[in-house]
Amino acid sequence: MRVSIAVNGVATESDVEPRLLLVHYIRDVVGLTGTNVGCDTSSCGACTIHLDGESVKSCTVLAVQADGGSVTTIEGLATNGELHPMQEAFRENHGLQCGFCTPGMVMAAVSLVEEGRVTDEASVREGLEGNLCRCTGYHNIVKAVLAAAQGAKT
Amino acid sequence: MSPVVGTPVLRKEDPRLLTGEARYVDDLVIAGARYLGMVRSTEAHAEVSSIDAGPALAVPGVEAVFTGADLQDAWAAPMPCAWPVTADMKNPAHLPVAVGKACYTGDIVAVVVATSRYAAADGAEAVVVDYKPLPAVVDIEDAATDRVVIHESAGTNASYTWALVPDPDAVERAFASAVHTVQERYVQQRLIPEAMEPRGVAVVPQPIGGDLIVYSSTQIPHILKVMLAVTTGVPEHKLRVVAPAVGGGFGSKLNVYAEELIALAIARKLNVPTRWTEDRTENAVATVQGRGQIQHIELAADADGKITAVRVKLLADMGAYLQLVTPGIPLLGAFLYHGVYDVPAYSFECTGVFTNKTPTDAYRGAGRPEATYAIERAIDALAAQVGVGTDEIRRRNYIKPDQFPYASPAGLMFDSGDYEPSLDRALELIGYEGLRKEQADRRASGSTKHLGIGISTYVEMCGLAPSRVLASLNYSAGGWEAATVRLLPTGKAQVVTGATPHGQGHETSWSMLVADRLGIDIDDIEVLHSDTALSPIGMDTYGSRSLSVGGVAIEMAAQKVLDKARIIAAHQMEANEDDLEFVDGEFRVRGTPTKAMPIQAIAFEAFTAHNLPDDIEPNLSESVTYDPPNFTFPFGTHVAVVEIDEDTGHVALVDYAAVDDCGNQVNPLIVSGQLHGGIVQGVAQALWEEAVYDDEGQLRNATLIDYLVPSAAELPSFKLDHTVTPSPTNPLGVKGIGEAGTIGSTPAVMNAVVDALSPFGITDVAMPASPQRLWSLIQEAKTR
Amino acid sequence: MIPASFDYVRADTPDHAVQLLGEHGDDAKLLAGGHSLLPLMKLRLATPSVLVDVGRLRDLSYINDAGDHVAIGALTRHQDLELSDLLGAQVPLLRHAAGQVGDPQVRHRGTIGGSIAHGDPASDLPAVLLALRATLVAQGPNGTREIAVDDFFTGFLETALAPDELLTEIRVPKAPGAGWSFQKFNRRAQDWAIVGVACVRNGTTGIGLVNLGSTPLRAAASEQAIGSGASIEDAAAVADEGTDPPSDLNATPEYRRHLAHVLVRRALEQAGG
Repeated sequence: MRVSIAVNGVATESDVEPRLLLVHYIRDVVGLTGTNVGCDTSSCGACTIHLDGESVKSCTVLAVQADGGSVTTIEGLATNGELHPMQEAFRENHGLQCGFCTPGMVMAAVSLVEEGRVTDEASVREGLEGNLCRCTGYHNIVKAVLAAAQGAKT
Repeated sequence: MSPVVGTPVLRKEDPRLLTGEARYVDDLVIAGARYLGMVRSTEAHAEVSSIDAGPALAVPGVEAVFTGADLQDAWAAPMPCAWPVTADMKNPAHLPVAVGKACYTGDIVAVVVATSRYAAADGAEAVVVDYKPLPAVVDIEDAATDRVVIHESAGTNASYTWALVPDPDAVERAFASAVHTVQERYVQQRLIPEAMEPRGVAVVPQPIGGDLIVYSSTQIPHILKVMLAVTTGVPEHKLRVVAPAVGGGFGSKLNVYAEELIALAIARKLNVPTRWTEDRTENAVATVQGRGQIQHIELAADADGKITAVRVKLLADMGAYLQLVTPGIPLLGAFLYHGVYDVPAYSFECTGVFTNKTPTDAYRGAGRPEATYAIERAIDALAAQVGVGTDEIRRRNYIKPDQFPYASPAGLMFDSGDYEPSLDRALELIGYEGLRKEQADRRASGSTKHLGIGISTYVEMCGLAPSRVLASLNYSAGGWEAATVRLLPTGKAQVVTGATPHGQGHETSWSMLVADRLGIDIDDIEVLHSDTALSPIGMDTYGSRSLSVGGVAIEMAAQKVLDKARIIAAHQMEANEDDLEFVDGEFRVRGTPTKAMPIQAIAFEAFTAHNLPDDIEPNLSESVTYDPPNFTFPFGTHVAVVEIDEDTGHVALVDYAAVDDCGNQVNPLIVSGQLHGGIVQGVAQALWEEAVYDDEGQLRNATLIDYLVPSAAELPSFKLDHTVTPSPTNPLGVKGIGEAGTIGSTPAVMNAVVDALSPFGITDVAMPASPQRLWSLIQEAKTR
Repeated sequence: MIPASFDYVRADTPDHAVQLLGEHGDDAKLLAGGHSLLPLMKLRLATPSVLVDVGRLRDLSYINDAGDHVAIGALTRHQDLELSDLLGAQVPLLRHAAGQVGDPQVRHRGTIGGSIAHGDPASDLPAVLLALRATLVAQGPNGTREIAVDDFFTGFLETALAPDELLTEIRVPKAPGAGWSFQKFNRRAQDWAIVGVACVRNGTTGIGLVNLGSTPLRAAASEQAIGSGASIEDAAAVADEGTDPPSDLNATPEYRRHLAHVLVRRALEQAGG
């Protein structure tokens, strides 16, 4: 089946099997490998991207479902070589170690802030319930998201 | 230029990881690569009666199917176990693809070769395997009875028994004269490491010359290269192993895996690139698991609660086969069952047994969390018996600062330590007095929300390892690390290291070390690692060794570069070496401020070699291989506060303080990050995680839906502080910190859980402390 | 993990969806947000041969004031429920519970209709609708019909929907000012409830139970007890009557029964008189 998906503002088009997962469309068809696959069950959130402006787990969306939609991946977050404020906050707060969960974590966090859901530490912890990290113990991720949210307000 | 070591420098690795630019194995673009699909045994213990590849070969895109028999000629040796802990250890031959019999669910019985990821999955699904099931051995104690023997060739399920009893009579005497004794049995449940990046491997044969490049998500490209050569017969110099970005390991990627060997064998057979990426659910059975021990610990103590002897017996679950260092894992804890306490008499014995489950092997802490758990839980039991606080019992028993270096009863020499300040500070951070008062108030008021406070003080041996000590433990390799530091013609620097990072921030830390030593900006330093072509010599990353072995090697190599640069500078400036000082990256002639040469200029002079002293070779490039004289012994105290809901059994971790001491810190940001993550992995063992097998040997919680890796929502932020007791064994005064958090946290949390439930007369709780388990214990206690 | 192959057809209208279901029969599965179905397909626990994608039926995404009830289109996402001021004012229990489903990413994709039609006893929203005495509207080849939520869940992952019927609307009685509570007990925030309780008190009392049997259930005995003037304590003590709790790694049936008592008590207390 023919699908057209805008990925990071660039139109892409391909013939795909209906069963092709959006994450594999992004990785294998479009060739953007920043979005990672960490599980099979929508549990870990490593594959989180934005579909039409909202965070979704791209391992649990078919490419055909995203047909006509607009996808933003981690590669589309930085502009003109400048890290997005959330990326910058993760760096400044040491919110990443091995980096594998990081693209999904950052995309989930950006969505939380954009939806105005970050009010305090608890809201960040609850809001990231669908993203697993094995390295950081979340301590610095939470700090980073709070810092980025604070920055977004001012 | 002010020193950077000791300051929180932001990581050099981060930009590429934050932008998706980093490449993990599955991200590599490899033209023409065939995707492999593993057909894994669905039975824990079974004869493989027949394999029908026909339906798989009919799947579009499937090109070939290999069974164990088809690949038997590809192996020069069975899969390696590098740690024959005893001379008579049973180590049944373990082939990458099982032949005739499968010994755990996850054992590979056939391999599908396909043109795409999806076709490989379809093909693996389509292979029809007939099994003749055999009784499965699941329980460790049952395995030890030899009711069913898994490996006929071994004749028993016991792989080995290893003992460390320096003075048996002393132990007997201590128990005979003890006023207090404690006898405890603890179960270290099996854990699934769950590095966020599943494993992956890709093998690319080179068109000319027969070389093979192996990309693997591994902690150990150097060790892997040697082992690939040994097991496949490919000459070692024809192999290049690359660990690209690696998404966490925690010990689970410190191994030589069947899939790595299979990908290599099939790439050779078909002369095409091959690749394989693990599914998460597959990972649960295909990647080694951690822990899996039954521990019996006994303490003897005098009337004051001063411990006089520790006696330990372990039964350790090897799983179905011995992987790279499986049998040695319990022994990494063998020396630490007396913990931070000054104990004169010591006895340890461990028997490793086979079961029909995924092999166990290193998992963050590897043996040391288990040991720390046992002694730190047992000393709380002793405190209850003696009738003193859990803080006081520890104070009475700590090894005292003036006893260091401390000759331990297990035969180690603890390098340095000062334990009580870490306890004092941790209790202060958590507000111990106030918490005890609140606990008493709640108990008095009949509250059903029970507060528990748990303490754990740990010491660990890490920085693996002095090669001679490894020899005494029968380990088949050394424990050194190699480093090269070189200055390029334009004054930039390269650091080549045999350490292999997978999240630890080595590029930052190594740059910091060299920046301070050579006066070069950290952004002008490049770190080369994880590729056996760039860094041919190395022992890789595990056992909290990278800084205290690899980092020290780098420090020493940088010093050698500086020493040579000084000779060249003296020659160039026609000064006496002794008259030179090295300040802010330049050599200055004392008393003649106008005469100075920056190190970059000396690098260029060394490169052109136009004007060097007679006996000095061109270029500034120095190598060091450092074999540490001793382990390092970091320590600390962790305090956990839990609240248990009596009505539901739910436990919440409400507060946590940790005061750790890893000697001098190179980058405090990275140290605290290692601790945060380590703490959560240890807390997760206490509260959430366990690989649960049924009686048939089926893993019941292979997915991340059922295996409860915690999220941010289940955890609090942590209160961290540190003390600094430098290690005297290395010039940096550093100790490892990668595993410390995991070692300290599990007993702190479980001590808190037991403390919370003590009004019910509950004295022990098995891990994980699930709400169902706690509720049942409370119900039983209420009806007693 | 990769789903087995299937054919994919996209419905343009509800009528079209019903027609496609009729054409493909039992082999077809409806795909809305996909967050119940796709995970099962990836593990190959579900292998439908045809997926009928109703995800683009934007007309079925709405939350409307319909007089005595709020009408919710079946394709309304959890996220939209969670942010709905209308629900906040008229049915705050549903708004709150929708915010407890899965995680934010799941709530951006998952729909109320998908969740209800999947009929998972471990899902939150079916129990909420039972407590609220909702009415479901299904469209089939012969037009639409209303199904009381009490008649909807017929077995494990089975509902009263015919194979060629599409759930189109959920009607929830307005209950402004009603007391309510949603008690979700689990070990991790993202997980399904080990036991959950949805409660609304508005003159009468409605209590729905999550994960206490092969279908979503009402705590009928507790509802009756409260109705006959029993104390909260006594009403909660019969919360598990008529349930058949499952056994899994998190809980035995006995423990689930106990949790039902505790959580129903807490829910009734929180919901107030």
